[in-house]
Amino acid sequence: MYSQVVTLQNATGLHARPATQFVNLATTFQSQISISVADKDGDAKSILKVLSLGIAQGTQVKIAAEGHDEKTAVESLVMLIESGFDK
Amino acid sequence: MSIFKGIPVSAGIATAPVYLYKTEPIVIDYSPLLLNQKESELQEFSKALTLSISQMTKLRSKAYERLGESSAEIIDSHIMIATDPSFYKDVEREIHSCCIRAAAAVEKVIKCYLTTFSEISDEYLRERAADIKDVGERILRNLLKMPPTGLELLDNAVIVVAKDISPSDTIMLDKTYIKGLATDVGGRTSHAAILARSLEIPAVLGLKNITEVISQGEQIIIDGSEGIVLSNPTTKEIGVYAERKEKEKTRKAQMDAFKLMPADTLDGHNIHVVANIGSPDDVEAVIQYGGEGIGLYRTEFLFMKSAHFPTEEEQFKAYKVVAEKMAGKPVIVRTIDIGGDKKLTCFNMPIELNPFLGWRAIRICLDEPAIFKIQLRAILRASAFGNLLIMYPMISGVSELRKANAILAEAKAELQAEGIQFDSAIKVGVMIETPAAALTADCLIKEADFFSIGTNDLCQYTLAVDRMNEKICDLYQPFHPGVLRLIKTVIDTAHASGKFTGMCGETAGDPLATTLLLGLGLDEFSMSASLIPEVKKVIRNISLKGAQNIAERTMTMETHEEITAYLKKVRDNLTSSI
Repeated sequence: MYSQVVTLQNATGLHARPATQFVNLATTFQSQISISVADKDGDAKSILKVLSLGIAQGTQVKIAAEGHDEKTAVESLVMLIESGFDK
Repeated sequence: MSIFKGIPVSAGIATAPVYLYKTEPIVIDYSPLLLNQKESELQEFSKALTLSISQMTKLRSKAYERLGESSAEIIDSHIMIATDPSFYKDVEREIHSCCIRAAAAVEKVIKCYLTTFSEISDEYLRERAADIKDVGERILRNLLKMPPTGLELLDNAVIVVAKDISPSDTIMLDKTYIKGLATDVGGRTSHAAILARSLEIPAVLGLKNITEVISQGEQIIIDGSEGIVLSNPTTKEIGVYAERKEKEKTRKAQMDAFKLMPADTLDGHNIHVVANIGSPDDVEAVIQYGGEGIGLYRTEFLFMKSAHFPTEEEQFKAYKVVAEKMAGKPVIVRTIDIGGDKKLTCFNMPIELNPFLGWRAIRICLDEPAIFKIQLRAILRASAFGNLLIMYPMISGVSELRKANAILAEAKAELQAEGIQFDSAIKVGVMIETPAAALTADCLIKEADFFSIGTNDLCQYTLAVDRMNEKICDLYQPFHPGVLRLIKTVIDTAHASGKFTGMCGETAGDPLATTLLLGLGLDEFSMSASLIPEVKKVIRNISLKGAQNIAERTMTMETHEEITAYLKKVRDNLTSSI
């Protein structure tokens, strides 16, 4: 199990487009990946769960993965968030 | 064989099977399943899901081709929702544990997500519920074997028959498959009509109850020039119409000769014949039909297509493309004209008793200066790449013009401070659509560079006639002396200040009106690109002096019937002398 905490940078939070990018990237890894915010968490490979979390700008999220590529998975997803997605 | 008579709005003939465009409400059966039905229900669900995904994949490539990457991305997120493993698992669990049908399970799961979404505090994210609802309905329709909604899935030649086509439906009109358009309601100036003309799709609107008497898939003929729809045509009729279609083609080929000729009168006055567009994609047709500029760029279509408010960058890109493609030719960009019958998905508008007398166009912009300024900044930035002019819609007096100009001045000052290039001498015009604007043209022209007459609204407001109301549509008469006098006032007032007046309403593209408008001194005629050759032809066959005499005579007439009859006579005399 490997995890990191990151703050959402982009203006509109994790809405449809960034969420799509996020889930797309998550599905390229073998590990089980979860994304959590405050007391809720969800499967990072499920767009519905990710959107349901309603992650707005400035929110701290924790990304955790379990599996043989867990470290790469978490680091890649954190990098995507830190880059502000397509900005 | 039966004949339906409606309002001819877009010329041309087509023969094709009917695509009855109806959206039936979804009805879900919540009765419990027998144990042995669970597996087959799950299979049905899988099938419907696969079908939905393939439909959306098709839609994605269409959206990409027609509307670009950002629209395609919206569909991408829809596809992702449908392929979400959690969604499949949730539905599977519902079928198994609650022993309900697949459709009931899908509805339950979607509703559950919608509830979760409605609780999200972030407004933008909360609105994404629309995406889930959209996907859910598609899957349900496929599960229940209901015909898909939307015109985007058509992949064979059809004539679309519908009660009405909403402005957002019209965005999806695709000429490749839609050979004709027939609707129960609507008239010459509804959006469907305007778009059908610019796409050159034959269309007959206002057919009253055609959707109730015609059936899915039956062969029909549509004649957009005469306003006729024939169902169950005989072989003979099919032959007659095929022949007429050929003739129409020949006439069009003759007309094509006028495309690239200048619109010069016999006595050598050059008239500016330009086109109306709704998106950068329309520019190609403008150039093809010999448009010498763009007299009306309807920017609201950019807003209507988008699920969010187009950013300054997105707007700038669209305006820049148009400016560059027109290569120095003038482009009049009209600031957003929403309200009335034009709604946005990205902007909540109140339900009004009289939307056409309500919160629309410049009124919204002045109340929401932040939105307005973003658009003005985008237009100004694009003005560095071509010859752009700005036009405000629905101005009813000079104080509105002053307020709009003040916001424009702010936008200019901001760009200057940011060191961003723009045309600092950009011309600003007023769209004359209300009688009040026409009657105070002398005040307006002091603070504007040009006028453009929007005849559709000017006519509706002057005659107090709802142009969508079929009961009174015969009262909607652009040749009413009251309307013509206002037009004359506007043109004369602009000329007295050495400024120009254009016209971008439907009348500008009506060849019957060309001689009269020319004689009244109209400087610029702006219309659907495909009408340009015909109007050029009229202009090239008369002298300005001759047109002035005709206009003078017309202005002494007392009724629109008299004027219409006179203008028809003038046209026939001209045609016979050519």
